[in-house]
Amino acid sequence: MKTKRLKLLFGTELPVVAILMFALVPWGWMVLSSLRPEADLTRSPLQLLPDTLTLANHIELLARTSFAQNLRDSVIVAAGAVALGLLLSLPAAYAFSRFRFVGRNTLMVQFLAINMFPVVMLILPLFVLLRQFGLLDTYFALIAGHATFTLPFAIWLMTSYVDGIPVDLDHAAAIDGATRWQVMRLVILPLTLPGLVAVGIYLFIASWNEYLFALMLAGRNVRTVTVALQSFIGENQIQWGLLMAGGTLVAMPATILFLLTQGRLVGGLTGGAVKG
Amino acid sequence: MRRDAAIPWLLLAPALAITTVLVLVPAAQTIWMSLHDVVLFRPRSAPFVGLANYAKALGDPVFWAGLLTSVIWVVVSVGLQFALGLSAALLLNRHFAWRGVARALIVVPWALPSVIIGLIWTWMLDFNLGLINELGLRLGLLDHPVAWLSQPGTAFAAVILAVVWQGFPFFAVTLLAGLQAIPGELYEAASLDGAGGFSKFRHVTLPGIAGVMTTALLLRMIWVANSLDLILVMTGGGPGTATQTLPLHAFLTAWSGGNYGQGSALAVLLTLLLLGVVIAYLVRSRRT
Repeated sequence: MKTKRLKLLFGTELPVVAILMFALVPWGWMVLSSLRPEADLTRSPLQLLPDTLTLANHIELLARTSFAQNLRDSVIVAAGAVALGLLLSLPAAYAFSRFRFVGRNTLMVQFLAINMFPVVMLILPLFVLLRQFGLLDTYFALIAGHATFTLPFAIWLMTSYVDGIPVDLDHAAAIDGATRWQVMRLVILPLTLPGLVAVGIYLFIASWNEYLFALMLAGRNVRTVTVALQSFIGENQIQWGLLMAGGTLVAMPATILFLLTQGRLVGGLTGGAVKG
Repeated sequence: MRRDAAIPWLLLAPALAITTVLVLVPAAQTIWMSLHDVVLFRPRSAPFVGLANYAKALGDPVFWAGLLTSVIWVVVSVGLQFALGLSAALLLNRHFAWRGVARALIVVPWALPSVIIGLIWTWMLDFNLGLINELGLRLGLLDHPVAWLSQPGTAFAAVILAVVWQGFPFFAVTLLAGLQAIPGELYEAASLDGAGGFSKFRHVTLPGIAGVMTTALLLRMIWVANSLDLILVMTGGGPGTATQTLPLHAFLTAWSGGNYGQGSALAVLLTLLLLGVVIAYLVRSRRT
């Protein structure tokens, strides 16, 4: 019994601890750095563990820089991307799940193919297009951009949820005299709520974390947190305490949402990898 | 019945419309720009130049250096992500008391934005204040602090380290799901046949996750090959062009250089180079 316990410890648990250390130490170092006084961070030689912990960096970041405004912009863009993304992907998923029509397979593949385009291939003309319509640097530009580029996975994920609702329910409702629209609204919509939540979380995180679009298609009036943090590095004197405080705050929503869904979401995000 | 045929198209119309406007039209425009001499400071005249942008790109040593950088970046970093992710998945598939916690925590790096990942590693690798130099010196692994991001070799290793950290949880989670889908009876049958641990891995585990593995590898290769934000944040492609992958080269040519035509040609070339991998992925996903 004892050798079995030791085998488990050395063969499984300690290697898992090592991998988890690799995964978590950089993250923990960021959080710890954000809680240390600036003088503590710049002292040489570096002290590994701090004497004091403080929220000074977080408070200064929110009170004295534009970061609170950036957080607001990120929330607005991400919420908009969730709303638009769900509005676009739910009907599309219903169509893919419940109808067999000419061109269905081609369309599904085409949606997947969109995800494979290098963003550099699209960002230049998008910039020019949005500038022509005076939409550059608006919430609308970023919301539309984020919702479009997350659409393939959103549709794929949503389709698998709608597929999980028995077609018999549609038929039963139709026999009771429900129209297609009523079936969708009264049968599918309530039952697909877990799907809406999962796709919504995915859309939120993808938009919240996005950088290149936020940098190129906005950045002055509408500046999301990722762009703001990056611009802090560009300044002559990098204030690491503030940066790490910003990083910690920005990392929070996605980290918490991911931990709550316990990795199931990642499985969903892998776009059919598991079902392959 | 006739009216029914229109319904799926009506439902798909909004998604198709926004995709056409924001993806297909821009993609077509990029191809158009790649065939014209479009520069930022001369917006009104864009003469047709045929394949001149492509010829110029292919004649430029920076392109070939970028291609080589890209190949190393994709092969080495995806290889390492995969190896670490597979090890993690195999370990997390075993029984131990705190398995649930470990499975949840391993996802943390994957949840973070690339910008934050770049920040964290830039901070950890800082010359004066970084944790890595400090630990290296204390443990006697380094004689003197190293300016990791200022030397070509170590800068490239640093961005690869960062992307491996970001990406290995993706493999861990997908491969774990694949492992869980293998029926336990297969292992029992193999045991009865006298198979040892390695033999079981070769003849039961590997074939069992082969499908998931291939799809995950293709998907991640495409992502890593296309992505440029992590490198942009950490090194900006430097020092010199040491970490300048093809997408970054295209991006910098277009934006910092103001040469839209040339940048577009590079973007199209990148797309063509990736086409093989993309088609392989699409064929697989279509089959399922």
